[in-house]
Amino acid sequence: MAPALTTDPSGTAVVDDDIPAAVRIDHVHKSFGRAGAAQPVLDDITLDVRPGEFVCLLGASGCGKSTLLNLVAGLDRPTAGTIEVPGGRPALMFQEHALFPWLTAGRNIELALRLRGVARAERRPEAERLLELVRLDGAYGKRVHELSGGMRQRVALARALAQDSRLLLMDEPFAALDAITRDVLHHELTRIWSETQLSVLFVTHNVREAVRLAQRVVLLSSRPGRVAREWTVGIPQPRRIEDAAVADLSVEITEELRGEIRRHGKH
Amino acid sequence: MASTDTSPQAESQDLAGLEAGLDALDSVRVERTPFTQVLLHKVLPPAVAVVLVLAVWKVLVLAHVTDDYKLPDPSAVWHSLHELWLRGTLLDIVWTSVSRGLLGFLAALVLGTPLGLLVARVRFVRAALGPILSGLQSLPSVAWVPAAVIWLGITDSAMYAVILLGAVPSIANGLVSGIDQVPPLYLRAGRTLGATGARGAWHILLPAALPGYIAGLKQGWAFSWRSLMAAELIASSPDLGLGLGQYLENARTDSDMPGVLLGILLILFVGIAIDLIVFSPLERRVLRSRGLAAAAR
Ligand SMILES: Nc1ncnc2c1ncn2[C@@H]1O[C@H](COP(=O)(O)OP(=O)(O)OP(=O)(O)O)[C@@H](O)[C@H]1O
Ligand SMILES: [Mg+2]
Repeated sequence: MAPALTTDPSGTAVVDDDIPAAVRIDHVHKSFGRAGAAQPVLDDITLDVRPGEFVCLLGASGCGKSTLLNLVAGLDRPTAGTIEVPGGRPALMFQEHALFPWLTAGRNIELALRLRGVARAERRPEAERLLELVRLDGAYGKRVHELSGGMRQRVALARALAQDSRLLLMDEPFAALDAITRDVLHHELTRIWSETQLSVLFVTHNVREAVRLAQRVVLLSSRPGRVAREWTVGIPQPRRIEDAAVADLSVEITEELRGEIRRHGKH
Repeated sequence: MASTDTSPQAESQDLAGLEAGLDALDSVRVERTPFTQVLLHKVLPPAVAVVLVLAVWKVLVLAHVTDDYKLPDPSAVWHSLHELWLRGTLLDIVWTSVSRGLLGFLAALVLGTPLGLLVARVRFVRAALGPILSGLQSLPSVAWVPAAVIWLGITDSAMYAVILLGAVPSIANGLVSGIDQVPPLYLRAGRTLGATGARGAWHILLPAALPGYIAGLKQGWAFSWRSLMAAELIASSPDLGLGLGQYLENARTDSDMPGVLLGILLILFVGIAIDLIVFSPLERRVLRSRGLAAAAR
């Protein structure tokens, strides 16, 4: 099988307005700071995620990945350019679980349902169903601090799914977990993704994780962040992180990422 | 989708087993402290302290360090208490003060909470009132008693005014610092879930600020009680119901030292009791439910 298709080495993606998109990021710039001493963080990012597509955004630390997700989630505004999310407010899963400690696991999910307008009587069964989906059937009444790191991330995933948006944004959600737990969650996420037909924009700096999960890997350059390169991952699911094909493509992408980082050491 | 060399079913089962194992390994077990432990660590130390104080007192009396009318025997204080009880006025006196204190505290709560919310969330209000509120907090509320008496006369209203001036700043400031300490992550998470405006305040901001708010309430109660005692002491009049402050003042005019000591002890006792019955359990519950370290003690 062909492990990967390399597309578009120039880094400028072509946007076709006729194809429907789950999110359309169009020539987005973002800088922080006052007008005089503005620090450009994102520079002319153009990127589409198609409905049902799983895209991984890869880049060195500080290149603006979280900034981009915040823009898509509507938590911040781009300095220039537009972001369209046709399906309405996207769900966002933060790097830290961001569960509310004053609520139980189940209540966290019910709050998301309530804010979405789900009727009171339907909330409890729906929350139980979502907990089952992330394989945490017994955790409804558990307090956040009584859950392990992996369980918290799964509750956070269930809460994000409770928003029922068509687009799920994930900001390094598994970065703080041990390899085995992460492996399990990769499996769960791919399963849920293929069951729900969600579009996913997943941020990571772990190349293998990106190749394990994504249909398409987008590499961002640093300072300012630009789309440096894209790969379409043709390896069929279910994949495993230790598959040879995953490893091969990871080596190739890592090489490219190193080049990106090295470029900065030169000046 | 095409399958790889391991069958997806087997893999799925394998991972589910792994998952169950990881969850079992990682879960925290919460245990209740046994009753004897509570007795040993919570009840015994303060009891020992009280006995020690009584012993030192008794020794000082036996050693005749000063005249009897200045330092009466502990049994004389006990006798005063017993007498009050027999006359049937003890509970009346305590209740007069406690009901004033609690009512004043509730009024302070009703005023202080929206005030704190405004100061925390509206920039102009914060700039205007923030420093004044902090300043008022360090002003002893006794200082308000003369003003309250001139404005309102020696009445219950004057008492309540002094309580409000003492407790409202504490409650408002507690809420402000509680809100200031809410991690921005919760607010952002709330916004992505659609909790903005009033819904954001109700579902995210206020529950997140609860620990700071309760600390403010606790301090607000202490200030209410203190202010009330100051007001009752200074603005005592036979027209008002007899409260602990007035009882203390009457004992002073009668040069009744056992009565004075009893008054002091009763005031202390009520302050501690309300804290132990109302605020400490509330605080412990809130902190414990969030897994915050202070509750582990
Ligand atoms: N609110 C802000 N004000 C000023 N600068 C900011 C702000 N937010 C982010 N930055 C800057 O923007 C750059 C990108 O930050 P961002 O958090 O998006 O990086 P990242 O790619 O997510 O990094 P990591 O992989 O470490 O999470 C950083 O240099 C950071 O200092
Ligand atoms: Mg980040």
